[in-house]
Order: sequence, then structure tokens, then C-alpha cells
Amino acid sequence: MDAMYIKPFIASISNVFSTMMQLPVKVGEPFVKPGEGPSSDVSGIIGMSGDVIGSVVLSFSNPTAENIVALFCGQKYAAGSPDFADAIGELVNMVSGGAKALFKDRKVSISCPSVVLGANHIVAKQSDVPTVVIPCVTDCGTVNIEVSIKDTRAAAANAAGAAAKA
Amino acid sequence: MRILLVDDSKTMRNIQKAVLAQLGHTDVLEACDGQDALSKAPAFKPELMLVDWNMPNMDGLTFVKTWRQQNKSTPIIMVTTEAEKSRVIEAIKAGVNNYVVKPFTPDLLSQRIQETLQRAAAQAAAQPAPTAA
Ligand SMILES: [Mg+2]
Repeated sequence: MDAMYIKPFIASISNVFSTMMQLPVKVGEPFVKPGEGPSSDVSGIIGMSGDVIGSVVLSFSNPTAENIVALFCGQKYAAGSPDFADAIGELVNMVSGGAKALFKDRKVSISCPSVVLGANHIVAKQSDVPTVVIPCVTDCGTVNIEVSIKDTRAAAANAAGAAAKA
Repeated sequence: MRILLVDDSKTMRNIQKAVLAQLGHTDVLEACDGQDALSKAPAFKPELMLVDWNMPNMDGLTFVKTWRQQNKSTPIIMVTTEAEKSRVIEAIKAGVNNYVVKPFTPDLLSQRIQETLQRAAAQAAAQPAPTAA
């Protein structure tokens, strides 16, 4: 996946966490997720459609998610409560919305968020798109952004180029 | 002042309610999507609406377009993660008076609410009173 699709997520999560929670984010080296391994305890998921399609997952351990939700909401909610899931959903919504606004010349819509809970659950993604994991270290713990998206316009252009060469 | 707060996230509604309360606004009715807002607004007669864009059942843009068919004057602030210029233009065309991109600081939202209400008051003062709201 092109760096032009990684940088917007780094900028966006930093902006969301600092603006809403005064929580600085230190971003580690992004890596390609080997296989369809399990995510952590909590996944906030957004779908993208339009010129870029795929999914964005914010993945947290339970304690990290509880810490971050407490900062975001100004009060503690247990993992699994409806208010907890709502807060995780709104965080992934803001991170994804902010990121897609930074995609150059691409019109993208985002879905409403869904939240999956449970230790080591697997978020199934499109098999032909690699998942890039962006580790984001905060004082509340580490949040991983799992980006699994494909530029449909670039894919169409590549296919046209390959057809022209053949 | 009656304020209708439309967002599918309760967390986000709570954050906005806190900002409204700081400005002294406590007569706030919440709606969780566009359809819910459409069913509540006529009886509530809001004097200001804060409307999210991405919501299930009916999104905020569709709600604004529908509401504007019956009411041109209610000040509406869109509060959304949709940050592209093209989206802002789309919302303004639909009849939104002001626009706040999430994430926002309480100060920014507070400022936009005050400026929206001031502009609406100035407009109302400049125009003859409408026969029906
Ligand atoms: Mg929403």
C-alpha cells in the first residue's frame, strides 16, 4: 500500500487524540500484518467506499481501550457497556473521516462504525488487500490502526496499462 | 433557547451538551439520526440545530435538505468528521449555516454556536417578521 494512504491516518489519529483528549501519540514503524492474525480485545471498524475501498480498524487491548474511553468521555465505562462501544465507534469514525479528507483527489465515503469485543477475535478483510498496521503508542497504552484499503482508480489505471502493454 | 442535537453517537452528544451547558443552554433535545430528528423537530420547534452527517437510517445531509423544504430559517450547524471542501460546499448548498469539523475543541464549537446565533439574530432583525416559522 502506498505511503500516501498511511500518512493521513498518522496525521488524523494524532489530531483526534490531541484535540479530544490532549493525548500525544508516538507512531512506530508501520508493518504489513502477516496473515489474518487475531486482533486484540476491542476493534472499532469503519468501511470505506468510493475511489478507495476497504476497512479501517482501531484495535485496542481492554485496559488501553478503557483508559482512552475514560479520557474521551470524562468518566470510566467498563469494556462491553453500550457507552464504551459508542465511544470507540466515534473515535474510529473521527480517525477515518480525518484521514480520508487527506487522500489526494479521491472521493471516499465512510460507513457508520461497528465495534467488536472479545479476546483474539478476527476481523476478516478482503483477501487481495494487505493490512498495514500502524502502531500508535500513548500514555494509555498502544492502539493499532489496521488499514486494509485499495485505490480503485489506481487499480483501474494499472489494469488499463497492463492491457495496453499486452 | 430550544436546541435540537442530532448525532448517532451518545458520547458526541454528551460532549456537545456540555459545551451548550457552559453557554447556558440546557433546553436541549437529542435525536440519534435524521429520521428521529424529523419526527421530533416539528413539535419541539428548535431555535438551533447541531447536526451530524454520518448516521444510520437517515444521514444529516438528507435531514437538512428535508427540513429546509418546510423551514428556511432554523439556524443549522453541521458537526461532522466530513472535512473535505466539497462536502462543506454540499452542506452549505443544502442549507447549513455553519460547519464544525470533528475533532473540535470545546472553545471552537462554542465560538461557532455563538457566531451562528448572532448572525441569525442580525438577519431576523433586518428582515420583517415571517408570517410562519
Ligand atoms: Mg456519526
